Amino acid sequence: MTVLRVIAVLLTGFFVGLTLEGIARKIMARVQRRYGPPWYQNFIDVFKALSKRGISHGWIFDFGILMALGGVIATLAFVPLGDLVAFPGLDNIFIIVYLFAVGALGMAMGMVGSGNPNASIGVARALTQMLGYEVPYLVAIAGVLYYYKTSSVSGLMMAQQDTWTLFKMPIGGIVAFISLLGMLGKKPFDTPIAPAEIASGPMVELSAKYMGLLMLMHTFSIFVEISLFVDIFLGISNYLTFLLKFTVVWIIATLISAVLPRFRIEQVVKFYWKVPLSLAFVQVLFVLLGWVF
Amino acid sequence: MSTNERSIWEKIADQLRSKSLWMLHYCTGCGAIELPPSMTSRFDMERFGMGPMATPRQADILFITGYLSAKTLRRVIYTYEQMPEPKYVIGFGSCTLNGGIYYDSYATINRLDYYIPVDLYIAGCMPRPEALLEAFNELMRMIRKGEANGWKRYKENYEWYKQNQLRSLGEVFIHDEFHE
Repeated sequence: MTVLRVIAVLLTGFFVGLTLEGIARKIMARVQRRYGPPWYQNFIDVFKALSKRGISHGWIFDFGILMALGGVIATLAFVPLGDLVAFPGLDNIFIIVYLFAVGALGMAMGMVGSGNPNASIGVARALTQMLGYEVPYLVAIAGVLYYYKTSSVSGLMMAQQDTWTLFKMPIGGIVAFISLLGMLGKKPFDTPIAPAEIASGPMVELSAKYMGLLMLMHTFSIFVEISLFVDIFLGISNYLTFLLKFTVVWIIATLISAVLPRFRIEQVVKFYWKVPLSLAFVQVLFVLLGWVF
Repeated sequence: MSTNERSIWEKIADQLRSKSLWMLHYCTGCGAIELPPSMTSRFDMERFGMGPMATPRQADILFITGYLSAKTLRRVIYTYEQMPEPKYVIGFGSCTLNGGIYYDSYATINRLDYYIPVDLYIAGCMPRPEALLEAFNELMRMIRKGEANGWKRYKENYEWYKQNQLRSLGEVFIHDEFHE
């Protein structure tokens, strides 16, 4: 039964994730008054990338990519999708946050293993940006954990019987959403993969099937990040309402990203450590004082 | 020729490849100015699943806009050999066909086809974005039918291409500058 649930979670991540990425491209196109690619474009892209013949850059490169994809898939298996929980009782937020780092570090290792300086710059930027958004995110989440006295993600979801955490702690919700934009690498925070500056950064040496695997890894990590936000902040949901809320959050993030330019990396960290971090501390103070709606 | 035989898997893969073409544009010539209108709102290349790519490792099309001097030709050859197969080359404008207005220049090459295999030429000086989109559709048709075989020709006639490259450039040293 656990195996079936894990398969269901992964298939949801694959199909819904790739579909929503295609829809995001369509939305982006419509914002720019273009027609845009079909919604299934990302499926074609992934399978085309897997069908080409690329080159490897040594076993560290191969291993890093497998570690990135495997780490993110393992993380996704722990994330509750509404009432679909693959491992009930084990969906602790600390497990998810720690496992998620495996994917990021695997990607960093593989990409640096390719030896290209652009990849190294991209990885350095990605890890710096991680330092930027993780701090306000975890401070805001710590407020939520303290208030509900649990760290299980489905426990946090079930604790929102009366009203959503987003309305109970609006400042924390906003901080978490801004951090989410950074995690997703959406427009003001897409510094690590800036194609015009550092030739798409970490992915610069990825060809063919390696690119396909990394696109899948990207899809799955988007799924993990948004799922956490939806579970913790957007109330109780079953599988279908979960996907609905997921789509809404993804579309809002896409719309914001469609109209904004890009920060430089030091601007990213300065921004995160000034505005969202102060707001997160204010939210934690409110929680400690009992000012929760 | 045996180059046109494809397995059933290759036929399916070619269908996918024709619908998701990522393009590396080598924009030293003046033809680069026709690309922004083809990509942005008016002609919108992305509706065919095409898009610009920043690195040769992920590119399917190498798009040569305009003339190539002997110096840039060397970079084009490096770039072409770094791309993963199957790869396609489009020559844009008369400069890649016969030298265009630079036909008697000492510093430029006249026919791109001598140095790397070109799948499709777009004639004109300048071709309009309409011609560009027409060419892309033609390339997609060729890929679906298995006619865009430039990369196979390059492998089969490697000595001939190498000879031409050496004649124009003196030396062509394909190397991996990050692993030395």
